[in-house]
Amino acid sequence: MEVISRILEVILAIAFGCGGVIGLFYLANYGINALPKPWNRHFLPWVYIAPAMIVLSTYLIWPTIQTIYLSFFDGRSQNFVGLKNYIFAFTDQGMLVAFRNNLLWLVLVTGISVSLGLIIAVLVDKVSYEPIAKSLIFLPMAISFVGASVIWKFIYAYKPMGDAQIGLLNAVIVNLGFEPVGWLVERYVNNFALIAIMIWLYTGFCMVILSSAVKGIPENIIEAARIDGANSWQIFWQITIPMIRSTILVVSTTVIILVLKVFDIVFVMTGGNQGTEVIASRMIKEMFNFRNFGRGSAIAVILLLLIIPVMIGNIRRFRSQERLR
Amino acid sequence: MKQYKQTPLLSLCSIAFISIALLVGCQPAQESSESTKKQVTILGVVIGEQQKKLEQALAAFTEETGIEIVYEGTDTFATTLPIRVDSGNPPDLAMFPQPGLMKDFAKEGKLIPLTNFMTPQQLQDAYADSWLELGSVDDTVYGVWYRASVKSLVWYNSKVFKKNGYEIPKTWDEMIALSDRLVAEGKTPWCIGLESGDATGWVATDWVEDIMLRTAGAKTYDRWITHQIPFTDQSVKNALETFGKIVRNKNYVYGGMVGVLSTPFGDSIQGLFGDKPNCYLHRQATFIASFLPEDVNITEDVGIFPLPPINAEQGLPILVAGDVFAMFNDTPEARKLMEYLASKVPHEVAAGLGGYISPRKNISLTLYPDQLMKKQAQILADAEVIRFDASDMMPGAVGTGTFWSGMVDYVGGTDVDTVLQNIENSWPESTQ
Repeated sequence: MEVISRILEVILAIAFGCGGVIGLFYLANYGINALPKPWNRHFLPWVYIAPAMIVLSTYLIWPTIQTIYLSFFDGRSQNFVGLKNYIFAFTDQGMLVAFRNNLLWLVLVTGISVSLGLIIAVLVDKVSYEPIAKSLIFLPMAISFVGASVIWKFIYAYKPMGDAQIGLLNAVIVNLGFEPVGWLVERYVNNFALIAIMIWLYTGFCMVILSSAVKGIPENIIEAARIDGANSWQIFWQITIPMIRSTILVVSTTVIILVLKVFDIVFVMTGGNQGTEVIASRMIKEMFNFRNFGRGSAIAVILLLLIIPVMIGNIRRFRSQERLR
Repeated sequence: MKQYKQTPLLSLCSIAFISIALLVGCQPAQESSESTKKQVTILGVVIGEQQKKLEQALAAFTEETGIEIVYEGTDTFATTLPIRVDSGNPPDLAMFPQPGLMKDFAKEGKLIPLTNFMTPQQLQDAYADSWLELGSVDDTVYGVWYRASVKSLVWYNSKVFKKNGYEIPKTWDEMIALSDRLVAEGKTPWCIGLESGDATGWVATDWVEDIMLRTAGAKTYDRWITHQIPFTDQSVKNALETFGKIVRNKNYVYGGMVGVLSTPFGDSIQGLFGDKPNCYLHRQATFIASFLPEDVNITEDVGIFPLPPINAEQGLPILVAGDVFAMFNDTPEARKLMEYLASKVPHEVAAGLGGYISPRKNISLTLYPDQLMKKQAQILADAEVIRFDASDMMPGAVGTGTFWSGMVDYVGGTDVDTVLQNIENSWPESTQ
């Protein structure tokens, strides 16, 4: 009985919630239309934009301002401490390691997943099994970061020599006669082990977008090049790459932004131990584990500042592209 | 822009919809009959099987008084509770896994002192002074201890010990001698597993705390927790290095450094059992019993002894952890429940259910269902000095942060001075 009344309640809430919103728009529109002629044209757009603006500023702009404000206060947000949280962020040993790791992530993930995606896109272009190959590579995109991390935990799992290896990689290595490797523990390899997961996740994304760009290159240009005697290698470097340069840039910037925000993988796999911390995972730790709101906010602001130039670049490029059309 | 034609009927409908939507939105949360019903709400950390046991221990209270208990268990206690308190909606009672957070609330004046309704005599009859102290702020008692766990335990396979003629070490030196003997026989003495998700490292902090108590003593330990001595102090360094002699010795620990860091803490005890054990000694708290392999016979196969003393002067201190109840809302029902929790009844019921040790005085050892629990209760009762888990008492940035990660670094080979300096640097300036 209780379940039915619950379900009924939910349905009613949805109906009246949505109905209320639709009604609100309807009524506003009615009111605007009733206004004298020159006025209504000016007001009408605002009526439709306003709700989105309000939501955007409450959930995006206001928190951003709040975060910047809090980053100048101490852990409990009570006393003004000036730039102390920022000084911490740029001098603390752990933070420096996080910056170094983020740089490593940026270079390797962006570099490898974009170039791998491009290579695959060009190689599978026009082969008969292209859809299958592409869907296989694209498949990991459907998995969440945490889900992927759990899968890869089984791949990297370590058992001491002599025990049955439950990790895929170590099982292979031990069968080849080597000692098992602590993929997530040994400092010389653990960062690369984590980065490999993100490459696995995002190569498919890069491939799909680059592939559509490759397909967009007019056939006659390539034919003309062939007639002029260019080989595949020359076509790739002289025609394909320049033609899809803007797509490559868009894909790269998207991956850069994703990499700057990466945290789930690190959090699930190593918890940031043994020198694998990244900026975002450190931010979560400061904010929610140590409850130091000042430091957490300062790191968030730094992350924001790092992402803004990439965003601006992206938007500029997008605009100039639109202008060309 | 295309103008839509609007009829008065439609706008009337709109108005109806909006007003109903507003009405629904403004309706106060269900406040019907519940406020008149006598009940106490509890927010706590125990979930699953342990929650059932807690409910069984509280059943007698409801039967006797007719007061309903609404228990809500959560595994995100440390974030949920502060939010609920800050928003003015605290539970009547909270069951804290660490006294540190409880003390924070007590200092902010959010908790009701027990002395408001219980006499000092009543409290002293129920708990030893050290437990009362652990639940007090400025000599005012706020906490009623419900559950204890003994951390200074070494687990072993008693069958294997008997068969090989190994003896239970009475001192640290004897324990090291036993370890050396095992190594000489081509065996690995210890199993240690530090992996615990984003909490990786706490197992090692327990080791260091135990060694601190045994080498530097309880007084220095207390000064260490409150940062009256720096983390880089010689006594702490000594404790780390004593632990390092075991954990960083490839012959002593199963799997070496990588094994220690990658083995989940719950799995590591399993190395003690089987036809060819991986190791022979495992130091871990009470709760590890629930991680024992299923085919192990608790009475015949599993043995424990307290982690032996190092410095004879400091005797045999015992490191503990536990759950403590404190009260946010001063209602007659909540008062009654707190008094009940301090009485013998729930402790005796819970003791009989197993997997539980009571911190209360005068709980008969015969109530515990198996020899393992009896032995642990005995160790706790005999302890001259007990101290609470240090990392749980330190500020979060250290206790659940750099101390954990620092121990991972130390086991991973980072030198002791760097590790200690990193932890010291992270200590928040305004302590408490």
